[in-house]
Amino acid sequence: MVLGFEYDVVQVTLLSLYVAGAATILGCMIGIPLGSLIGLKEFGGKGALKTITYTMYGFPPVISGLVIYYLFSRSGPFGALGVLFTPTAMILAETLLVIPLAAGITINEVSEVDKSIKDTIRALGASRRKSTLTVMREAWVGLVMAAMIGFGRCIAEVGAAYMVGGNIAGETRTLTTAIMLETRMGKFDYALGLGLVLISVALAVFFFMRLLQEKEHL
Amino acid sequence: MTAAVELRNATKRYGDVVAVKGANLAIQKGELFGILGPSGAGKSTVLRLLDLLDPPDEGAILVNGEEVSCRSRRADEVRERIGMILQKPVPLNRSVANNIAYSLQIRGWGEEETAKKVDEELEKYGLQERRGKNARTLSGGEMQRLSFARSTVFGPEILLLDEFSANLDPKNVALMERQISSYMQEDRSRTVVMVTHNIFQARRMCDKIALMWDGEVVEVADKSKFFEEPDDPRTAAFVKGDVVY
Repeated sequence: MVLGFEYDVVQVTLLSLYVAGAATILGCMIGIPLGSLIGLKEFGGKGALKTITYTMYGFPPVISGLVIYYLFSRSGPFGALGVLFTPTAMILAETLLVIPLAAGITINEVSEVDKSIKDTIRALGASRRKSTLTVMREAWVGLVMAAMIGFGRCIAEVGAAYMVGGNIAGETRTLTTAIMLETRMGKFDYALGLGLVLISVALAVFFFMRLLQEKEHL
Repeated sequence: MTAAVELRNATKRYGDVVAVKGANLAIQKGELFGILGPSGAGKSTVLRLLDLLDPPDEGAILVNGEEVSCRSRRADEVRERIGMILQKPVPLNRSVANNIAYSLQIRGWGEEETAKKVDEELEKYGLQERRGKNARTLSGGEMQRLSFARSTVFGPEILLLDEFSANLDPKNVALMERQISSYMQEDRSRTVVMVTHNIFQARRMCDKIALMWDGEVVEVADKSKFFEEPDDPRTAAFVKGDVVY
């Protein structure tokens, strides 16, 4: 118990950071390469795929939670893994939310890299694969922004985390689910205090990511 | 004799526009080959074909006698031995030193040998004081020197130059021309293909010249013949400066 809470706020904060951080990394690992492929390759149906990706920005967290709940519930196809009501399930649910964001922003950012830069990279002798990686590096500021937006969505997420995590004290309770709990119990001061912790943590992470983003390419 | 690089009956279309029509060009090892012609004649497209950047719609591209398909893995290997400088050089968003290092890194050079080679190039092109600065802060002349350094640092067998002096002042043009000459003198088997619409520059520098006209290669000849006794009336008009473009 810390500061009068009936649970360890430090542990809850660290779990929030862990879940949001891991989901952001996983989501970006899938979304950024996917977005680069869609953004840089020419193929039939590209416009439709882009529209679908952008539409998925609004993917409801409860649907993401529902999908993971179904897949990992006892009767689901992966029920035997025993992942439901663990941080892993929360990470998976939040990863589904980050993928379209990371992919969509990446599509936009790599498409915006000037054609003259893409031509220069190829003219310097880069293969198509290396050229794609270099274009991604040229779009660095935008790709960090994709990660920031993804992290922002995860750290503030409550619906999916509650659904597949269960808000179990000491195990799957995060700052957002704790705020929900405190509010329901009428402890508005505590809820507000946790809200301040949440905003401070997000601020610290965003500050670090801004430093990464502004780092001059040398 | 096997040509360093060759176009055989190459045609390239962009939509409805035929940029290059059935071009035949064979550029020998050790040659400084010029491609002259008015704007829109297809000179830059020919250079992109020679660099295997764009596939021809018809015909073939041969490098050292080997036909290479642009979309093949082999093309990536062959392109590692070709350097190209575009008309408007664009810096990558990284330091001057890392712009040069990039050409070596994508060719699999080790960290230590890359660092050593980059140091040599910075010294050679007078860019050592700018080494740590972002390349986007360079002046036009410095950028052109950087562009030349990063396209030649790996010692390409074939160097393709697209209007390299179009945006330079006379001092920097002279500097670049000297660099091209000394680059060729370092290794006599090196081949340079230069696109220009500057007749005087072609006369100063090239061994052999082709004239392109409306997507076609209308004449290929040694420099003296090209300027003194051209076969095609369009060449005669072009070298006399009677062509309005």
